[in-house]
Amino acid sequence: MANGRFGIHGGQYIPETLMNEIQNLEKAYLHYKNDNDFCAELTKLLNCYAGRPSLLYYAEKMSRDLAGAKIYLKREDLNHTGSHKINNVLGQVLLAKKMGKTRVIAETGAGQHGVACATAAALLNMECEIFMGKEDTERQKLNVYRMELLGAKVNVVTSGTQTLKDAVNETMREWVSRVTDTHYALGSVMGPHPFPMMVRDFQSVISREARAQILEKEGKLPAAVVACVGGGSNAIGAFYHFLPDKSVRLVGCEAAGLGVNTEKHAATIAKGSIGIFHGMKSYFCQNSDGQIAPVHSISAGLDYPGIGPEHAYLHDTGRAQYVPVTDEEAVCAFEYLSRMEGIIPAIESAHAISYAIKIAHGLPKEENIIICLSGRGDKDVAAIARYRGVNLHE
Amino acid sequence: MSRIQNAFKKGKAFIAFITAGDPNLETTEKLVFEMEKSGADIVELGIPFSDPIAEGVVIQEANVRALASGVTVNKIFDMVKRIRAKSQIPLVFLTYINPVLKFGYDAFFKKCKEAGIDGIIIPDLPFEEHAEIPNRHGIDLIPLVAPTSEDRIRKIAAAAEGYLYIVSSLGVTGIRSEIKTDLKSIIDIARETAKVPIAVGFGINTPEQAAQISKIADGIIVGSAIVKIIANVGATPRGCPVGDCDYPVGEYIKKMKEAI
Repeated sequence: MANGRFGIHGGQYIPETLMNEIQNLEKAYLHYKNDNDFCAELTKLLNCYAGRPSLLYYAEKMSRDLAGAKIYLKREDLNHTGSHKINNVLGQVLLAKKMGKTRVIAETGAGQHGVACATAAALLNMECEIFMGKEDTERQKLNVYRMELLGAKVNVVTSGTQTLKDAVNETMREWVSRVTDTHYALGSVMGPHPFPMMVRDFQSVISREARAQILEKEGKLPAAVVACVGGGSNAIGAFYHFLPDKSVRLVGCEAAGLGVNTEKHAATIAKGSIGIFHGMKSYFCQNSDGQIAPVHSISAGLDYPGIGPEHAYLHDTGRAQYVPVTDEEAVCAFEYLSRMEGIIPAIESAHAISYAIKIAHGLPKEENIIICLSGRGDKDVAAIARYRGVNLHE
Repeated sequence: MSRIQNAFKKGKAFIAFITAGDPNLETTEKLVFEMEKSGADIVELGIPFSDPIAEGVVIQEANVRALASGVTVNKIFDMVKRIRAKSQIPLVFLTYINPVLKFGYDAFFKKCKEAGIDGIIIPDLPFEEHAEIPNRHGIDLIPLVAPTSEDRIRKIAAAAEGYLYIVSSLGVTGIRSEIKTDLKSIIDIARETAKVPIAVGFGINTPEQAAQISKIADGIIVGSAIVKIIANVGATPRGCPVGDCDYPVGEYIKKMKEAI
């Protein structure tokens, strides 16, 4: 049995062509993660380039309005490139460079990971190609241009459902074709080992900071940490250092699209079943014949039929809880935070805000909740306008 | 002697791949007989999957056509039974692991045995994950060796059942004008430990390539070139009525078989 298990989940279910490469990647990562020079270089990039540590912001007006637990926002939206994706990308691109790679490829859904990748590649002098589903290039046109501006080539994926899942397929096909000089900078805690572990480690900076920040501000741990989950990288990053703190409730918010009782959702834990896909064993939305289901979410970043294997494990053990949030609920939360705090969240992060609003009511004022605000919402403004029937074109 | 072993006893083996249900199961069934008649020694049947990550465009599209025709794993098993009632040609499934997992490993392999399947190729189940399926009910697990396998070749070859599938080139399946990999040295290393014949696939489409490679391998595997013929015939305005693509596929296989 290959390495990289979280309970029964995880593993390395990939074509033979990639096996040596993925084993080399694991070796290189295990070496460099304990290498002082590498860690110093990465910390410098995170602090001096990406703008870490990110703020833990007390949303006072929102807390007053909800009249429940105090709401804190972990402001990953303030990172350079506007989301948590940069944390992982700087780590992976730096590692790829150490491994002697000259080219990085990546999938992207909403475009946040693609933009982060193109940014890191520009800074660290790497060639960069991004794969993005056709449907996503249409709903996130500005991000396509942004990636091109940063010097990346954007390949439009027209196979399958033309969204994130198909972008991953196409990036894997490209990696199989050109593996020697190329690193696949996977954007989430998914895929074959070592990606779920490595991406988690790079993203765990979120909870390392948040835990220290909340203890400093409140002198106590939060009642809950709430984050949105597609593949689950910002969520695992936000959960990781709270895992041993059993009193802290960890909640991942899945995209329920038009509702979990319709065909149009991406709620993997609520509606999926055990499967093996994209290199990992985990939960997937699929039909009775094992065909991966087409999924839907207003958020391109959560529009994925699977979930990272560590989340699947946290669900199995009950340590974390996963809840569905619909498009409509997310849009309402998007508008609420914009007006209430003057912060426009990514539509992905709005899923977490929506659920946090629900649970804040029932908690006493002495308690606090941390929401991972994984990204900023500028990219979503046109799509939300269209959702509300405003004819706005970028 | 198993049907697969037997197929390699008659000289170099020609292994033909088609996607089951492309464009429908009646056509697939007729094609198996036509390919056997035209000289195919083994037939690989692809179980269509929504996301075939190791396939190039030609076979991806075959998967889309097959799924659109309503093919299911159970319907494929029924077709295999019908073929097996009339033919002893070795039949090998090529499938991604998820449809097998969903069916239930034990149930799937039992059903393979009952229906008369001889071997299975699972492109996303590498050597380290073979323990995923502890009991294969005597169905040969045919592993792949890639141009990047290097020090993995010996252990994969040693554990190979049925035949060893050597991937000729980096990348996904599809027709290639030139195969540049040093196949000879990969095959030499594999022969040190392999107890089964060695077949080469990915990219092969001309009789010249087939002739060249069959000098060093025990068999050649051709997929995309055949699937493309089926697709082209299927692209006529009438669609591909049962039987229409038999003739060109049969003629192509005769030509390829003569070359090896």
